[in-house]
Parts: sequence; structure tokens; C-alpha cells
Amino acid sequence: MTDATAHDPGTAHALATGSMITARDLRKSFGTFEAVKGIDVDVRRGEVFGFLGPNGAGKSSTMRMIAAVSPVTSGELRILGMDPATDGPSIRARLGVCPQEDTLDNELNVVDNLFIYGRYFGIDRATCRERAAELLEFANLTDKAKAKVEDLSGGMKRRLTIARSLINRPELLLLDEPTTGLDPQARHVLWDQLFRLKQAGVTLVVTTHYMDEAEQLCDRLVVMDKGLIAAEGSPRELIAAHSTREVAELRFGVGEHEAIADKVADLGERVEVLPDRLLVYTDDGEHVLAQVHERGLTPVATLVRRSSLEDVFLRLTGRSLVD
Amino acid sequence: MATTDTGAHTAYGEGPAYGDSPAYGRLSIAQGMVRQADYWWTAYKRTWRGGVISSFVAPLFYVLAMGVLLGGFIDVDPARLEGATSYLAFIVPGLVATHAMTLAIGETTYPVMGGIKWHKTYYAQLATPLTARDIVNAHLMFVLARVASACAVFLLVLAPFGVFATWWGPVAAFFVVVLVGMAFATVVFGISTRLRDEAAFGLVFRLGVVPMSLFSGAFFPVANLGDVLSKVAQAVPLWHGVNLTRMLCLDTLDGPVALLNVTVLVAITVAGWLWAIQGLERRLSD
Ligand SMILES: Nc1ncnc2c1ncn2[C@@H]1O[C@H](COP(=O)(O)OP(=O)(O)O)[C@@H](O)[C@H]1O
Ligand SMILES: [Mg+2]
Repeated sequence: MTDATAHDPGTAHALATGSMITARDLRKSFGTFEAVKGIDVDVRRGEVFGFLGPNGAGKSSTMRMIAAVSPVTSGELRILGMDPATDGPSIRARLGVCPQEDTLDNELNVVDNLFIYGRYFGIDRATCRERAAELLEFANLTDKAKAKVEDLSGGMKRRLTIARSLINRPELLLLDEPTTGLDPQARHVLWDQLFRLKQAGVTLVVTTHYMDEAEQLCDRLVVMDKGLIAAEGSPRELIAAHSTREVAELRFGVGEHEAIADKVADLGERVEVLPDRLLVYTDDGEHVLAQVHERGLTPVATLVRRSSLEDVFLRLTGRSLVD
Repeated sequence: MATTDTGAHTAYGEGPAYGDSPAYGRLSIAQGMVRQADYWWTAYKRTWRGGVISSFVAPLFYVLAMGVLLGGFIDVDPARLEGATSYLAFIVPGLVATHAMTLAIGETTYPVMGGIKWHKTYYAQLATPLTARDIVNAHLMFVLARVASACAVFLLVLAPFGVFATWWGPVAAFFVVVLVGMAFATVVFGISTRLRDEAAFGLVFRLGVVPMSLFSGAFFPVANLGDVLSKVAQAVPLWHGVNLTRMLCLDTLDGPVALLNVTVLVAITVAGWLWAIQGLERRLSD
């Protein structure tokens, strides 16, 4: 957390402090475009750490720098206490990486994807075979061992990618949008596997633009927008700091929301106008609804719910996470 | 190389966690290649059938068509064939060298772009301890094996036709054509890492490979081109390969010229190798 941490090149120090990733004023530019504009991050051993942000926030650019495949433009980055500019191979030997876009080899079958990848880490053939079998079991893909990758469903490919990233038994697993494009059931299967890995002591770093995923998985997260970190904390801390306990959602006729917002503004701490509804931030949603009706307003539909990270994001950036 | 790490802190599974990666820095060149051997062996098993046709059968048809059939029509004074006793003996070295070039280019155009764009194999490899250098090296070793096996068969099959002046000539020529293959493999690898899409390969073939094959002295003596053009032809990299291969096969070795030929081919290979590594590094580091 201090500057000394960032400057220490040795793994021993990282092990002692439990700091898996340290970034200080980390930046990434593509030509004249700056995708990551100076972020500070500390990931501790054993936690699930999240980057929550919309498309284009710079999450993948950050993940590729952490994966030691994309050179840092400026700032400091230490992974497992090492500098990716000089110790890339040693860092990558101890990482597992699930990139946003699958890089499975379509020309190899499922089990060969694991075996061949294990060989890149210098793991001997017998161990590779053993681990490949274990990991197929873990990923529920044992009966697909000889199948072609092309024939797998999206969820299966994702599970195979995660299985592949575990072949070297990494201490730190990077998952870039692990469940994007998957149906709800496949997402739950994946979340379950990630919980098991966390239980096994693996440190997980996850990016997502799904607030429910961030809330489910992350011990701690940063809200990222336009290359910057807008806030940091546990999901509960973030909600407590940037939102109210409850939200009353009011749906009126099309085009009425802007006008009605003024009439309910005093009912909550804050009111947000969305195209299709009003959000009244309050600690007592039912009370707000009662008062709305007392004032003679007749919403078409109402809902009281707990605040979520979506509300935190809306508060911090004025925009929705998923557009 | 085994690490002393027991994997205890990862708490899942037994045994060393990270294979035999060094604690710091990158892998040795040999380590980098050994780790990819199984990948390339699998790739070979998948494609060898097609490879047999293009590597072995096609060039023999060439020899038959151009050397025997076409050569039968050509009645030239052996004095004008750079020391060859027949047209067949003249073009065999040129065909072998050209074949080495063609194979090498075939293995470093679409396959390299595939590794970057279509199959993304290189991205998967780069996420491991392997570096761009290791990836280039292993790919080039595979090309070398392809070129070497195809050219060895080519030379062996032609031996009974009396086109070689000595037994050791074609043995030395074998190493030269492998070097020709590597010179083109490295440079074309470098080009492929810098191309955004495959349409540009058409230009590589039309403006590079075809004219180079024609004006390299493979099919007719460059002296036929006249003074000026024959000097230009000698600037063509393939000419150095063809010329050296022919001098070895026909036992007409000219020391200083041979030294120049070898130097040019080695220089191209080394420069191309570095250029290919730099190209892949940049391309994959977005
Ligand atoms: N290789 C690249 N070259 C140019 N611009 C890029 C590149 N990669 C990402 N970007 C740009 O950087 C921004 C952040 O992208 P990315 O890190 O992928 O965001 P996220 O993963 O949060 O969606 C985007 O505007 C994207 O267009
Ligand atoms: Mg992304």
C-alpha cells in the first residue's frame, strides 16, 4: 500500500504483504487515445477483486497489462511482486488467464487444448495428462474430451477456457468478462466454479459489466469508467457510500417522467429520471410509495427494491452500466 | 529446472505448480522450442497428407515436365549451361532451391496470419511463459523440418538420374537449400506479422515469388538476360541460393562467389529472424 511495496521487485515481499497486484498511476495508450488514464489498484491474496464498468471503460486494456502481455505505457505495475516489463515469463508462469475473446485452438480437440497448453508451461507430459483429466472433470466436460472445440456451446467453451487457464495451478486467475454472452443457467454454473476456486485459495480478478455478477462474486471492486476508477470498496460499502438502502421505482406514461420528477423530488434523497421510469432513492421505499399515492399521482407500475451497484454506477457517472 | 515450490499456497492439487519455468527472466531458446514440440507435432499429424502432395509429388512432376519433356526439345550447347551436361542437370538445382523457397513461403504466410487473426494460437501461447521470440523460433523450426524433409527426398530421388557430378555435392547442396528456405521463411514471417489482411499475400506471390523464380537463374542461365539484367538478377536473393546449389551439384564451385552467396543468405536469415520477432512482438502487444 505504501510506495515501498510498489518498488520492491521480489516475490518474497509480495508474499509477506499479501499483495498480488499493485498498480500506481497505471496508464495505457493506443496511439493518441488513452484507454487507461492513471489507475491505482491493490489486489490482496485470496480475494475476488472486480473491475465493474461499461464497454470501453478500459477493463480489458488493464487486464492485458496485468496478464503481462500488453506493455505498460506509464506508471507502475507489480504482479506477484514482479515487473511485467522484465519478468513477463515468470509472471505468466504463475497466472491463469481467461481473455474476453476465447483463444481456444479450434483445430485441436477438447483434451488436446488442455494438454498442449500445459506443455507451454514446461509441465511434463504425464502430469499434463493427469491434470487435463482432472480439469475436464472440474469443468463438467469429461464426456466431451474428444469433441471438437467448434462443436461446444458458448458456456462449454468458457468452461474449457477456465479449465485451460488452471493447468499450471495459478495463484492468480484473471477472468475478463467470464459470463458475457452466456444464458442464466450457464452463468450460475460458472459462478459456482469460481466460488470453488476461491475456496481453494486462488486469487481471482474479474471484469464485468453485470452488476449482479460483481455483487455475487466480488469481495472488493473498483467502478471503472472512461479509463478512470470512480470508486472502490466492497459491494456493500459502495452501496452504503453512494446510494440509499432502498429504491422506489415509479413507472408513468411515456414522456411524463420528466414533469413528475419535480413533484416527487422531496420524497427521497435523490431522484433519477430514466427514459422509462423514475428512481427515488430512500431508506424506506414503501413510505415513498404511500406518499406518491397521497399526492394523487398514479404510476402505472411500482417496485421497491434494495439499492444495487447499478445505482452506484448511475450515481457516479450519470449513466447506466448496460446501454 | 523444477521449482521447489510445492504448490501448497495454491491449495489445489499436489506437485509443483508452474512446470519448469525459471524464477526470473525468460526461457532458454531450447526450452522455448521443446515446450511447443507437441503442438507442432499435433499440427503436423493433422496436415501431413496435404503436405506430402505439395512437398514431394508436385516437384517431381516439375522435374518430369520441365527437365525431361521440355528438356527433350531444348538442344543447347552445354557450354552455355553453366557447366551442366544436360538441361535436366541444369534445372534440377534451380528447382530444388525454388521449391525450398516456395515451401517456406507457404508455411509463413497463411499459417502466420492464422496464428494472429483466425485461430489466435499465438495469443494463447503468449499468455504462457513463452515469448514472441519462442513462438517465432518454434514455428521456424517446423518450417525447417518441412523444407529439409521435402528437399532431402527431392535430392535422393534425383540421384539415380546422373544429374549430380559428385556424391558430396548434393549433400552440401541440401544444407544450402535448407538455408534458402530459412532466409525466405524469416523474411516472409516478418512480412506476415505486419500485414492486416490476407489480400496482400497475392502481391507477395505476384510481385515477389513469381518474378523471383523466373529471374533467379533457376530455369535459364542469367547470362541470357544480357549484361544489365543479369546484374539485377544477381541482386535477387534466390539467385544466390540457386547459384550456390548449382555450383555444388555440378562441381563447379567458385570459392569467392560461393562465400558471397552464403554470406548473403545467412545475413538475410539473421536479419529476417530479428525482424520477424520484432514484428510479432509488436503485433501481439496491443
Ligand atoms: N488495440 C487497441 N487499439 C486501439 N484502441 C483500443 C485497443 N484496445 C482497446 N482500445 C480502445 O480502448 C478503449 C477501452 O477498451 P477496453 O479496454 O477493451 O474496454 P472494456 O474492456 O472496458 O470494454 C476502447 O475505447 C477501445 O476502443
Ligand atoms: Mg473488455
